[in-house]
Formats: sequence, structure tokens, C-alpha cells
Amino acid sequence: MKIKLLEIAHGRSGDKGDAANIGIIAYDEKGYELIGKYLTAERVKEYFKGICQGKVERYELPNLRALNFLLHETLGGGGTVSLKHDAQGKTLAAALLRMELDI
Amino acid sequence: MKEKIRIASGQGFWGDLIEAPFNQVTKGEVDYLVMDYLAEVTMSILQKQKNKNPKLGYAKDIPELMSRILPVCKEKGIKIITNGGGVNPMACAEAVFEVAKALEINGLKVGIVLGDNIKPRLEDLVHTGTHLNNMETGESIGRYLDKILSANVYFGAFPIVEALLKGADIVITGRTTDTGLTLAPMIYEFGWKKTDYDLLASGTVAGHILECGAQASGGNFLGDWESIENMADIGFPIAEAYQDGSVIITKHEKLGGRVSFETVAEQLVYEIGDPKAYITPDCIADFTSIKLEDLGDNRVRVYNVKGSPETEFYKVSCSFSAGFSASGSLTYSWPQALKKAEAADKILRQRLDNLGLKFDEIRTEFVGYNACHGPLAIKPDENEINEVMLRVAVRGQDYYSIERFGKEIAPLILTGPPAVTGFAGGRPKPSEVVAYWPALIPKDLVVPEVKIMEMN
Repeated sequence: MKIKLLEIAHGRSGDKGDAANIGIIAYDEKGYELIGKYLTAERVKEYFKGICQGKVERYELPNLRALNFLLHETLGGGGTVSLKHDAQGKTLAAALLRMELDI
Repeated sequence: MKEKIRIASGQGFWGDLIEAPFNQVTKGEVDYLVMDYLAEVTMSILQKQKNKNPKLGYAKDIPELMSRILPVCKEKGIKIITNGGGVNPMACAEAVFEVAKALEINGLKVGIVLGDNIKPRLEDLVHTGTHLNNMETGESIGRYLDKILSANVYFGAFPIVEALLKGADIVITGRTTDTGLTLAPMIYEFGWKKTDYDLLASGTVAGHILECGAQASGGNFLGDWESIENMADIGFPIAEAYQDGSVIITKHEKLGGRVSFETVAEQLVYEIGDPKAYITPDCIADFTSIKLEDLGDNRVRVYNVKGSPETEFYKVSCSFSAGFSASGSLTYSWPQALKKAEAADKILRQRLDNLGLKFDEIRTEFVGYNACHGPLAIKPDENEINEVMLRVAVRGQDYYSIERFGKEIAPLILTGPPAVTGFAGGRPKPSEVVAYWPALIPKDLVVPEVKIMEMN
């Protein structure tokens, strides 16, 4: 079965140097269980192929039903050097929410 | 001691909604107004302004803003805390005094936090063994010394607390952490100690929620954004802080936006790394300990925050000159909008190549197709897409190449694919690339200095 991430979660993204951070928050406990199980660092790294050149770290915040991803080497050198239109990775949370989870 | 204080966020960055601080002090009751003006790149811009004119180097919006809010703040006893002093907090304070004088407001006390600027000391520091290694690459700053534009230490809440203890009505700082601006009044009002780590972490979390303005109260909300009411008149967040460290995040009732579990949670995960170790000069906050309770009516209780002792280092933010960049754009319309834009990009690159220009990077994006999501974007149907904006950006060390690139955009209109428009802004000009150098410095090497200026 496939589930659209957008239907079970929301989030926000931003920059930390050349790394982007993407926080994904599930709307309920069931959703958090699903993202906890299926939205792995490996899955996110694979998804952002061509955008994220470095490693992906995943942190859990069960208190907020949230996962935080750090995508290293993602912003073309970081906010002030980057030539990207979205140099601060502001739209990357939306990009991730477009993902479908295979469950 | 007050049972609670209300701290209002007035600005999330320099360039934020100008009406926000005025609304915060006039549309309901607050005790403090805190305003964050400093992004990483801002300090280098301000340093350049100060180099040209020693009376500049602070957020220039402040005097005009003060002329609107000072009378209200004086009347209601609202204290103002801001890091908008940039690289010249003293000049900022003097400008505020001028405003107060013109408004015939007397007896104003302004606290100024100095000492964060270590640029003049960099050479000495490196020679005495403090190498300010880049936190990301590990490289010593030594090789870049002649390219450094600004170097500032991030101070925390305690210098601001000192200014408040000395009776300041307004506190103007240079590089202070965004979170310190909100934490300081809690420490001051409730008498928290430097070792009250859970309390300091609670105030730090409140500061993180407030530091980006309306991003905590319905702005840039990726949840059900369409249901946010009255964004035109959006209310910025307010932290209602209690002695026990619990905080209720809310907003003025009359203003728009929303404060809910979801809007606060989105801000909590914004620009964080390891949530168990949110490091500030004041403490280390554990974001996984935070409890949020949505009380309804735009009130969210934040409590149970755990903290641990601060590290022995201050973070230093240096900026250095790293070449030049420019970007230009043209818009292509249906039919075959994307195909034309792609062809124009090829022609442009061929011409840049023929000219033998040198770049470190050339980047092409098609706004309307892939500028936000790159290779994740789904290619649109050529017959359906109405228009695409070609955006090409270049970066390099050779000024001439960057400048010449700027002269190669407009010619594409008459010498490239058809149905093209959108070149009204003139030739793109090279701008200096300012790169950012994060480092750590032992705390005992930098001492914050707090001054009080009093109006006669």
C-alpha cells in the first residue's frame, strides 16, 4: 500500500550552512509510527539523489511526533555562496512531503 | 516578583513586517518587545557600511521604528531588547537618543552590549594559538585573515540581563543569539541563576519559538495553510512566561494568524540539528524533552524543558570575501516555453565559452519547472506550460568574467529563441560573494562589556 506523506504529515525546512534541515511532523500518533518506521535516513538520501551530495542524519522527536533530517552538502555551498534560487532550502520540506511511502 | 511576563516578538529578521512591532505594543498588553535583526550575512553588510561611514553599521530601520513605538513603550513601561545594533550598537543607541529628544521623551536609559566584535584581534588570536578552525571543514582561519570582512562572537542572555539590572529601558546589542533576547527578561524578572539549566533551557526554547516572528503564529505554515485567518494582519507570537519556566505561546486576539500545536511544532523543528543538544552560550536545551499542550484559543503551553550546562566556548561567526556572483533571467512563453528556455541556456553557455570567461560555477534553473525541487520536479507537458523563466547564475574569482556575463543576457532577446520578455532590470551586476566561517572560541578570551547611556 502507498501513502502520501503530505496526507499524514507537515513540516518546515531551512539551512544550516551547506546542510539543509527538514523537520517532518506527523498529524497523529499513527502517522508518527508510520514515518518512524518507513521514513528512514536511507530512504530520504535516496529520494534527494542529485540534490543532497552528503550524508543524511535522522533525529527523533517523539514528543512533537516529529523527525528531523539533516541533509549535508545540499545547498550549493550554503546560504551566502549558493547560486540556487532556493539557497536556504526553504522548499525542501514541501519536496519531501511529495514522497509516497510504501507500507 | 511578577507572576508572569509577556514577551512579544517584533521582527524575525531585518526586512520583516514593519507594522509588527507597532502592533505588538499597541494591540494588547506586553511587557517586553524583542527584535532579531541579524542573519549571518547581515553582519558583513553592516561592517561594509560602517567602513564607509563610522556612524553606520546598525539596522537602519530602528530610528524610524522607535519614533513610532517609543511614546507607547514609555507610557506603558514596555522594555525593548534588540540585536539590531549590528556592528555599531553605540551609534544605534545615539540615533535612538536623537529620536527620543525629538519626541521630548526624557529620562531614557539605554543599555549597550559591546565586545562581540573580535575582528581587530584576529591576527593576535591566531598568533597566540587560537586558530578559529572552521567548524565544518576543520581548516584554520590563518590563510583567510586578509579576506575577513567581519568576525563576531555570539553572546547569550546574560549581558542583556546585566543591562536590565542597571535599569535599561532599551537594550541594544551587537551579535547576540536570537534566543538570548527572549531568555534575558525571564532571567531578570524571575531571578534565575546561571546554573538553573532547566529554566534557562525553557527560556531558550521560548526564544527559538519567537525568533522567526510569525513563523510560529501561522506564517509559512505547511500544514493547512489555507485555513489561517487574516494573514494580512497577522499577529506575531507572544511568550507569556512564568517563574517555573513554563511558557504559553499566544498572540494578540485582535490580530490574524494562529497559534496551535502544529504552528508551534513547525517552528520548533526549524533550523535545528541534533534536537537533544541545542547549544547556546547560556545552556544546552534538549528539544526532545519539550511538552506542548494546545489550550485552544491560540494558546499553546510549552513546559517540561530539560537543560544542561553550557559549553566552554562561544560560537564565532566570521564572514570573508570569496569572489563575485551575478544572476540574470528571461521569461519564455508558450508554445514550447521550456524548450526555448533550454535552447537559450545552451546558446548563452556557448557564448560564455567562446569568450573564454572563467567561472567556478554556472547554474541554470527554470523557474516554473525545477528551480525549487531540482531533479525531483516532474517535467511539465510542453503544450500545457504557459511560461518559464530562465535563470542563470554564475560565481567566480574573476570580476571581469562575472561582469561580462551580465552583458550576455539581454542580447538573447534579439539573437535567440522567440516569445521572450522580462528584461527590465538592466544588466545584472557582479556582487561580492560573502562566505561564512563558523568557529568556536574559548569563553575566557572574550568579555562582554555593558554600558548604560542615560539621557540628561
